[in-house]
Amino acid sequence: MSANLDQLKVTAKIIRADILRSTTAAGSGHPSSSLSATEVVTALYFGGFMKHDAKNPRWPDRDRFILSKGHAAPVLYAALAESGYFPKADLLTLRKLGSPLEGHPNYKRLGGVEASTGSLGQGLSIGVGQALAARVDKKDFRVFVMTGDGELGEGQIWEAAATAGKYKLDNLVCIVDRNHFQQTGAAEDVLNMDPIDGKFAAFGWHTITINGNDMGEVVQAFQRAQEFKGQPTCIVSLTHKGQGILPLLEKLGDTNFHGKPLPEKYLEEALALVK
Amino acid sequence: MAMAGGSSALQSKRPAGKATRDAFGRALEALGADYPNLVVVDADVSNSTRTEWFGKKYPDRFFNVGIAESNLVGVAAGLASSGKTALVSSFAAFIICNAYDQLRMSVAYPGLDVKVVGSHAGISIGEDGASQMGIEDVALACALPDFVVLVPADDTSAISLTQGMFKHIGPVYLRVGRPDVPRIYPEGTQLTIGKANVVRPGKDVTIIANGLMVGSALDAADTLAAEGIDARVVDMHTVKPLDRATLEAAARETGALVIAEEHLAHGGLGSVVAMAVAEIHPVPIRYVNVGDQFGESGTPEGLLEKYGLTADRVAQATRAAFRAKKA
Repeated sequence: MSANLDQLKVTAKIIRADILRSTTAAGSGHPSSSLSATEVVTALYFGGFMKHDAKNPRWPDRDRFILSKGHAAPVLYAALAESGYFPKADLLTLRKLGSPLEGHPNYKRLGGVEASTGSLGQGLSIGVGQALAARVDKKDFRVFVMTGDGELGEGQIWEAAATAGKYKLDNLVCIVDRNHFQQTGAAEDVLNMDPIDGKFAAFGWHTITINGNDMGEVVQAFQRAQEFKGQPTCIVSLTHKGQGILPLLEKLGDTNFHGKPLPEKYLEEALALVK
Repeated sequence: MAMAGGSSALQSKRPAGKATRDAFGRALEALGADYPNLVVVDADVSNSTRTEWFGKKYPDRFFNVGIAESNLVGVAAGLASSGKTALVSSFAAFIICNAYDQLRMSVAYPGLDVKVVGSHAGISIGEDGASQMGIEDVALACALPDFVVLVPADDTSAISLTQGMFKHIGPVYLRVGRPDVPRIYPEGTQLTIGKANVVRPGKDVTIIANGLMVGSALDAADTLAAEGIDARVVDMHTVKPLDRATLEAAARETGALVIAEEHLAHGGLGSVVAMAVAEIHPVPIRYVNVGDQFGESGTPEGLLEKYGLTADRVAQATRAAFRAKKA
């Protein structure tokens, strides 16, 4: 596993660099919300936890990843490009007219996108539906959904959480990217949803809390989720928004850096940090 | 049975029929065998919307997610994006209004094969009052890109349109009602989605109606015939996509229109038809609908009369349209 872990760390660096390059080229977007989620998305796509086929994106038996926090689309696009869903050069078309790499993921236009998201709170319900479809069809595919922590303010999340608990969907994993920030400030100041693990547990979920920017912990959490039967698993992934370029964000005086691309003049410095 | 002229839309001269929700529920139950891929999701109102008949027959393909319409629609989207045909139902007011963003983002935008059924539409639900009355549902459903929007007039057409919506791949909204309604079509009649039905020929004026107002329109046409006005009646059961050819023929051949529906004035059949007619062949139009207001508690018949959804009012509006044409 350790060799694999080293390889995953290298891949995470590539993903981070792609997030930075694509959002700076776009001149808009959400790099900091993408950077916090990088280890989790990298482990999912490249750590052997998802069976999927870039050449056959709608393969019925594939495992599914829904990015419910759709504004972090750059991390998803970077992982899809690295997996071979489309040429890596296309990452630089992010948010441009005619590109399927829209500001938020568009199911209709891009293979590998499992749900059109961007209106927060909706991804977990879709994941519940997909997990139920596996049960109806007696298939063994698994469904992973990533939400933000601010996103937990959406009531629909808890409707979905209760439903997943009711049906004991052990083929469903929800990862909460707990990066502690949302648009206007600290997540716990805007609307405190702590304890997140306790809330999911109360709805019948198995919960794991990890340092989500530590690849070893992320891999271990997915292994445990895979082995756990009889309940859905929630991984509360404690992360930093902007992980990888925090010294630069501190220098710029904005460690939230919500919805802003790095200006071109800081790109090289940022790329050096994530190398 | 009351006289046709002064009676509510429920008290038509037409033969008695079942509620459209009942017809839908029986049709759905029967279709379970033809569509093994069909999964039904409920928000704990299946004994009202009649999906319980499917649920009892196919418990492995039926999920009750509780009183949570947003999640209901999202779950259906997930089922559909994993290859199932998903049907969701609740009261029209709740599934359309409460879960509108989910219909927009999780169903319409990805263009998923989800069938949405809103029951208890209109003011004819009666005593439960305004909170339960979906009277803006058609407008909202029509605003969802690529949605097909269906409003059956009676039990026969509810069966046919329920069957038809599964032959269409893509999102559909089907509106059904609570009370028993007069029968317009003989049993077994097949309707085609997107093709309006001329249920009565006529040359002087055309009444375009859907839902339970089709019966009132026919009754009004009978009354008008005695006065020498030959009214055509069109059942516009598909509001979207609109049958522009039938509409154009009506506008050109009869020169005046009345649009009757159990819905608010804004955004329903009246708006949709007027927009098309204004472009194709402008003619005088009069409207019969609930206006710009909420309903209230009362008997279905009493409400329909108070809010003007009667054959009398349709006849009045038709005379006005006819006169406007001649003026």
